[in-house]
Amino acid sequence: MKTTETPAPPPAESGSAVPVTKVGLPTKKPPTEKKSEGSVLNAFSHGILVIWAIMVVLPLLWAVMTSFKDDSSIFGSPWSLPDKLHFDNWSRAWTEANMSDYFLNTILVVGGSLIGTLVLGSMAAYVLARFDFPGNRFIYYLFIGGMSFPIMLALVPLFYVVNNMGLLNSIHGLILVYIAYSLPFTVFFLTAFFRTLPTSVAEAAFVDGASHSRTFFQIMVPMAKPGLISVGIFNFLGQWNQYMLPTVLNTDPDKRVLTQGLVQLAVSQGYKGDWSGLFAGLVMAMLPVLAAYIVFQRQVVQGLTAGALK
Amino acid sequence: MQHGKYRFIVGFLALPLGLYALFVVWPFIQSIYYSFTDWTGLSPEFKMVGLDNYRRMLDDEIFWKSLQHSLMFAVVLPLVTISLALFFAFMINVGGRRRKGGPVISGVRGSSFYKIVYFFPQVLSIAIVALLFAFAYNPDSGAINSFFRGIGLDGLQPLWLGDPDLALWCVMAVLVWSTVGFFVVLFSAGMASIPADLYEAALLDGAGRAATFFRITLPLLWDTVQSGWVYMGILALGAESFAVVQIMTTGPGGPDYSTTVMVLYVYQKAFRDGQAAYATTIGVALLIVTLAFAAVVMRLGRRERLEY
Repeated sequence: MKTTETPAPPPAESGSAVPVTKVGLPTKKPPTEKKSEGSVLNAFSHGILVIWAIMVVLPLLWAVMTSFKDDSSIFGSPWSLPDKLHFDNWSRAWTEANMSDYFLNTILVVGGSLIGTLVLGSMAAYVLARFDFPGNRFIYYLFIGGMSFPIMLALVPLFYVVNNMGLLNSIHGLILVYIAYSLPFTVFFLTAFFRTLPTSVAEAAFVDGASHSRTFFQIMVPMAKPGLISVGIFNFLGQWNQYMLPTVLNTDPDKRVLTQGLVQLAVSQGYKGDWSGLFAGLVMAMLPVLAAYIVFQRQVVQGLTAGALK
Repeated sequence: MQHGKYRFIVGFLALPLGLYALFVVWPFIQSIYYSFTDWTGLSPEFKMVGLDNYRRMLDDEIFWKSLQHSLMFAVVLPLVTISLALFFAFMINVGGRRRKGGPVISGVRGSSFYKIVYFFPQVLSIAIVALLFAFAYNPDSGAINSFFRGIGLDGLQPLWLGDPDLALWCVMAVLVWSTVGFFVVLFSAGMASIPADLYEAALLDGAGRAATFFRITLPLLWDTVQSGWVYMGILALGAESFAVVQIMTTGPGGPDYSTTVMVLYVYQKAFRDGQAAYATTIGVALLIVTLAFAAVVMRLGRRERLEY
């Protein structure tokens, strides 16, 4: 993955193609022909690209716009601009529709599992990457095998495992399960990363009398920071957006996470009819990830695309 | 480095491996075992029934429907998404106007802008996306039908998710919408690493854009396309299709089971109907479908690896 990702900008820009265009110049006719073809194609490609960009942005803008309208105009004229900005939708969603609780639950669950995933994932990955012991390969493949099987299959017995441990409908229960399900990709990614780090520094520290765990926490973890950030963002988005695990393992209305809460809200709004509040909640839930994406754009793209190329 | 090595290894592996074994591996093994029992999930008692669940599954009309829909998700969805993404990525990276004295091959102006915008839906929760589109598809007051009314197409007011023939396509369209950007970015990275002199040579030989795409870009990108296909197929068979179908289509999975996919059927059998053993049986079928799908894609896509 890294190899296709990192050299991305240089070849496109620095492929100094000037000589070839010059070679093409002497025969006067083809270039002019090519040029007109090129500009037709250019208009064509821009047209198509713009259309898709609109198709991506329009539903999101529509949601934002709708979140400021009152119920009657949501149904009466879905495309018209709001008559005035109904900020009360937002405050109603935040307090009455429990969005504040859902946010808090999500932050607790994702915060806990993100830290746990990174700590446990990097520990396991470090051992698997750097130490030779019987069963190393087996454990490695056991971990990464989890990336490809359908979670739903394990979900039915998982429900009863969690239930028997008394962890059903609890924040810490969800955290433990999130960590377990995030480990395959995290271990896979970080094992590859630890292998690329130089061994000499760690060996020097060890010779100086540092213990294995001290070497790990004080030398290897700081060195692995870029990898930890990439995999951390990947896990943050995955865990923040998780829907299936909480739907099955967390049915207590007070413990709902954002995605779950919104879906429940949509179902119950069918009777209560506060659609504008629901839209406000929907937009509210989108904002943190969109903001995170815009700020950490590079890392997000790197972290996510790394997942596809196992 | 021998001193205390094994104690260290055990100490570092115990917790992660323990959690993983307890919450992932053990339930996974259990579920295969349960598929041979008559366990309801409601009471702790059950007995072995051999292949009864599997026989029942083969006679279950809804299972066949869900299998058919899941296969659609695994084949049509990646096909559409990846074709669109390849097209966009090629436009973005190679579709630019040739500027005098500039590189032979260049992207359109604002290519990084397109990549940023296209990737947007990818970071949103699929649950939130599904909710949003459920509103947009609403036949009376939804954004799509009122848009049709607005441009004078009053006669064209499909029921969308309420129409058994359309519902599955509507749901798939949402997944296409949310995933295309991811592949555009993925393929763009791959295209950018193709050496420019290959394009130069092709242009000198008089190749047009289409020929350039099929003779150079696609073959050199083939590995990425293939692993992207497997990745998307696994997602489409699993978590993503669960969320969209469960949230967007009401009732038992669309009108007349027209959108039920295998994951949703597993969920319903286990947690709604109290037939945990039968649910795990469908889960095993889903596992087999997933593995077979990956094997077929890898096999069909096998080509000589191109070095450059």
